[in-house]
Amino acid sequence: MIKQLSWKVGGQQGEGIESTGEIFSMALNRQGYYLYGYRHFSSRIKGGHTNNKIRVSTFQTNSISDDLDILVAFDQETIDVNHHELSAGGVVIGDSKFGPKLPEGSQAKLFSVPFTEIATELGTSLMKNMVAVGASASLLGLQSDIFKSVVEQIFSKKGEAVVLKNMDAIEAGRKYFEKESAGSVGDFQLEKADGNHRLFMIGNDAIALGALAGGARFMPAYPITPASEIMEYLIKKLPEYGGTVIQTEDEIAACTMAIGANYAGVRSLTASAGPGLSLMMEAIGLSGITETPLVIVDTQRGGPSTGLPTKQEQSDIFAMIYGTHGEIPKVVMAPSSVEEAFYDAVEAFNIAEEYQVPVILITDLALSLGKQTVDPLDFNRVKIRRGKLDINEELPELDKGTYFKRYEVTEDGVSKRVIPGMKHGLHHVTGVEHNEQGKPSESPENRKAQMDKRMKKLESLVDRFPEPVLKNEQHEEADMLIIGVNSTKGTIEEVLPRLEEDGVKVNHGHIRLLHPFPAEELQSMINKAKKVVVVENNATGQIAQLLKMNTNVEKVESILKYDGNPFLPSEIHHECKELFAYGNL
Amino acid sequence: MATFKDFRNNVKPNWCPGCGDFSVQAAIQRAAANAGVVPEELAVVSGIGCSGRISGYINSYGLHGIHGRALPIAQGVKMANRELTVIASGGDGDGFAIGMGHTVHAIRRNIDVTYIVMDNQIYGLTKGQTSPRSEMGFKTKSTPAGSIESSLNVMEMALTAGASFVAQSFSSDLKELTSLIEKGIEHKGFSLINVFSPCVTFNKVNTYDWFKENLTSLSTIEDYNPSSRMQAMNTLMEHDGLVTGLIYQDKDKPSYEALVNGFKEEALATQDINLEKEQFDKLTAEFM
Repeated sequence: MIKQLSWKVGGQQGEGIESTGEIFSMALNRQGYYLYGYRHFSSRIKGGHTNNKIRVSTFQTNSISDDLDILVAFDQETIDVNHHELSAGGVVIGDSKFGPKLPEGSQAKLFSVPFTEIATELGTSLMKNMVAVGASASLLGLQSDIFKSVVEQIFSKKGEAVVLKNMDAIEAGRKYFEKESAGSVGDFQLEKADGNHRLFMIGNDAIALGALAGGARFMPAYPITPASEIMEYLIKKLPEYGGTVIQTEDEIAACTMAIGANYAGVRSLTASAGPGLSLMMEAIGLSGITETPLVIVDTQRGGPSTGLPTKQEQSDIFAMIYGTHGEIPKVVMAPSSVEEAFYDAVEAFNIAEEYQVPVILITDLALSLGKQTVDPLDFNRVKIRRGKLDINEELPELDKGTYFKRYEVTEDGVSKRVIPGMKHGLHHVTGVEHNEQGKPSESPENRKAQMDKRMKKLESLVDRFPEPVLKNEQHEEADMLIIGVNSTKGTIEEVLPRLEEDGVKVNHGHIRLLHPFPAEELQSMINKAKKVVVVENNATGQIAQLLKMNTNVEKVESILKYDGNPFLPSEIHHECKELFAYGNL
Repeated sequence: MATFKDFRNNVKPNWCPGCGDFSVQAAIQRAAANAGVVPEELAVVSGIGCSGRISGYINSYGLHGIHGRALPIAQGVKMANRELTVIASGGDGDGFAIGMGHTVHAIRRNIDVTYIVMDNQIYGLTKGQTSPRSEMGFKTKSTPAGSIESSLNVMEMALTAGASFVAQSFSSDLKELTSLIEKGIEHKGFSLINVFSPCVTFNKVNTYDWFKENLTSLSTIEDYNPSSRMQAMNTLMEHDGLVTGLIYQDKDKPSYEALVNGFKEEALATQDINLEKEQFDKLTAEFM
């Protein structure tokens, strides 16, 4: 019996590869296993190799695995492209239809199973995926009935007969494989899971759910990979809560419409990726100078321009921090797990309203789209705080000819907010520099007062922010401090025990607040380490540069990957080991 | 009831003496009062340019945003609070050049916003460059040899884009302009009102006199029926777009808000945003 394994299904895009992975993993999640999935796909609808790699374990993991135990192939390309990942003794299950062959020298074991043929005999070749699921189940020592509830959920609309046929296909695949493989494969039988009910979701689901729970009721957005799931979830859910999603003509409209709605008192967000964020920059400046709350999600993908639209990268960090002309107070948050994505989405709206600033919630493709098991989310942690806005407040009458002091200079830089419709709250809002009443003013004294007021707002944010850096400090004097952001957290966590085993004393800091930068927190971690290593998915070492700018770190080593794929634990492990050895020469 | 005086805020506009925009400002103030709107329930969202300053000159809630984006901001305001009267305004450069994408989509989306364009066929605030409304051959600082791009017929374009309310007026005709803005405010859906508002400083061709000579009032056209899209289109083509009055209105086309699934009459901004534990549990159960 084993505690974890790695399974991958691959084929041509549009062939149902995604649903095969989905059914397989949903069923296992319901048994209480932990899942972590990563999809390899291209920017096209039909054709092109796609695969879905899923790690199954009896304990929580937040990273893809280095190697692969089981490869389910719907075409030869899947074998050719992925066989190098297979561990010794790994298994390939291929559809007999294409005559699967292992490349020379492969130590994997190949089973040719007539997925298509069995499915066709049972009614339709479409069910070949189910046969493949059944064959996989046999290998894992699982019974077909664990798939029942998932199959019912997916096919019940099509009638009981379709549900039964699909179940038959799974059972037929399972039986066929059981007979074919008897005694000839290694141990892939999973230990029984705890049977607990946990969530199974992608980061974008968590963000959308967090937005809903956090009081967002309006989302103007423009479709883009890998952000669209957020708008797709909310258009299904918001109408029940009185709100809606508008698919706008472009990202500029999305961002400015969200500003309009926030100005009028509705928590609104938009979500996009790099290209969309580039278009929003001017509007983000408007949010900043008019002190209008705004939440934007940036799901990073490979840039620049169209770049690698379906691939992993963390290269928007500088653009998110420094984008927009002029100077505004802005918050850039970076959740590092699906759970954090949920709580951070809620918090983003609170920060946006309390500080009256734009908040960018930055993720990466692996976090936004990687589907994984999530422990139950704590509703008690969902609190809505609107700062200096009380829409039911009765305001005192204004002196004739004056406006409400929407931009009153205050100690903390945050002024009282009112929304259109409130009596005695009239004021002007403009992207032109303005006075306390919002009226345009070019006076140098006023400019300085308003600029100082705005920039002051975030002074207390780092201290108030819940865990701006996730600290895993096992050592008061460490050989190495590894720093990362977003989805690399799980991967780095997987590397830590390996390095300890190699005799490297290693601490780990994961940055959750990119701007304002948590310099002090990081400095204290840096002080405890001989070497600082930053792991990031970009070519120029943006986090490393932020560290150099904001802390007194003497030297930063960078481990960079920008080929479109997430880090494997072994890659980080290997490079850290080399850096450690080099440092000790 | 508010009067037009209640919409005055005593801020002195920075427009040139004689600018057509003064009348547009007055017409908005009168129309809002006539339509029974009170200042705190009016939001004026404007773009950038001379005319974009108008939101600062009306005693109401006002947002002066970024160039070309008055419409998406205004639509966001309206979606957040249906109980507000929302007016968007700006110049022809703002709405028909940099913001054209939003104009077309606001027209077809049909959210209940009244959009008033102050059309002077030139860029004023940047001191005299060509606009998409400038005629071929029009000489400006950016077209010293005369514009070689054709002028955009925005009224025809609005009809083609599926507009439910299209009107055009002349800033000298305060009475007609006020009445059209009032109708636009009352119209349930998106209303586009293009106002010829001469730039006395940089446009020496399309002057007050020029418009007086070249504009045809629809009231002089016998049996003009603003509910006929075909007649509207034909009339615009016959007069090269130079007509004033209510060109087209479709009173039956439902507004976007009326079609949104589950959208309540009450302002979204004042609804409770806290979820109940049971609602949250139901939402999370869908991921199990």
